[in-house]
Amino acid sequence: MSGAGNREAVFPTRQSLGLMKSKLKGAQTGHDLLKRKSEALTKRIDEAKRKMGRVMQIAAFSLAEVTYAVGGDIGYQVQESAKSARFRVRTKQENVSGVFLPAFESYTTDGNNDFGLTGLGKGGQQVQRCRETYARAVETLVELASLQTAFVILDEVIKVVNRRDINSELDELDREEFFRLKKVQNKKQRDTAAQDAEMRVKREAAEKAEAASGATSSDKENESGTGDILGESEDADVIF
Amino acid sequence: MAAPASAYKDRQFLAVIGDEDSVTGLLLAGIGHVTSPPDSQKNFLVVDSKTENAAIEEAFNRFTTERKDIGILLINQHIAERIRHRVDTYTAAFPALLEIPSKDHPYDPEKDSVLRRVRRLFGE
Repeated sequence: MSGAGNREAVFPTRQSLGLMKSKLKGAQTGHDLLKRKSEALTKRIDEAKRKMGRVMQIAAFSLAEVTYAVGGDIGYQVQESAKSARFRVRTKQENVSGVFLPAFESYTTDGNNDFGLTGLGKGGQQVQRCRETYARAVETLVELASLQTAFVILDEVIKVVNRRDINSELDELDREEFFRLKKVQNKKQRDTAAQDAEMRVKREAAEKAEAASGATSSDKENESGTGDILGESEDADVIF
Repeated sequence: MAAPASAYKDRQFLAVIGDEDSVTGLLLAGIGHVTSPPDSQKNFLVVDSKTENAAIEEAFNRFTTERKDIGILLINQHIAERIRHRVDTYTAAFPALLEIPSKDHPYDPEKDSVLRRVRRLFGE
């Protein structure tokens, strides 16, 4: 209990205690669920990333083999002869519980081969093997990219949903508070109006009684001094 | 919330920003593409120690925001490190940004912007 500053403003009643208890329970259940989901997702992404590390290492090794076999750097030649992508991706959508998650799918277009001449002199076999290795590596990368995009979009969706829920909850609370204040105000207004009316009636009564007593006092003055007060209160009662 | 089809329909290429070995390997796999002239654009950038950070950033911008035909952008982790502020602030779903290891720099999950986002989201 550190933050006394961000404590929620709660009206201390038994009803709101019950309300808060159910709220807490809901929040805990939701948190547990999210946590389990997150662990699964993090594990999958983590695994995929590790796999990528291994695959890329193997691919780099096979490229080193090529460099050795060809007897020189083929980087420049490869960069110059790249013209049209053989390896492409296709995006499709998957509907996961109302949220559309895009997924990448790799495919190779047939027919064009930019590197027909690479390794023609020597090391052709190594080049071929290297290409296959890298193609597999890229497939892994595409898989990972799908996973990652799914995560990014899910992240957005979760944030939006959270925000929406919180906003509606806050609005609800605001409305409740506003309604409560209005009620209080109404009651107060009614009370003051009633009090005013009462006061006015009392004052009028007092005035009338005074006038009446003024009239009678001259008559009764001779009889007794105390009868004055008695007469006044009786008159007031009659008017009520 | 579904991303509009136009956001990814035409995205069929992979792009790569990397050191020479990574780019060469990926090109051998067949991801290299040069658009038809007159404004022929390559979808790869070779970065070495002499490449300016501004040039990397410019390529990053070109691949992520200007070009609409790139589905996945691969970038070597040690190069992503050089433009880390840009990589970390990049949150769009398309193109997907993927940090890959290079021959000289083994993969470090701690630096990966997405994995860090995963951790941050779940408060680990």
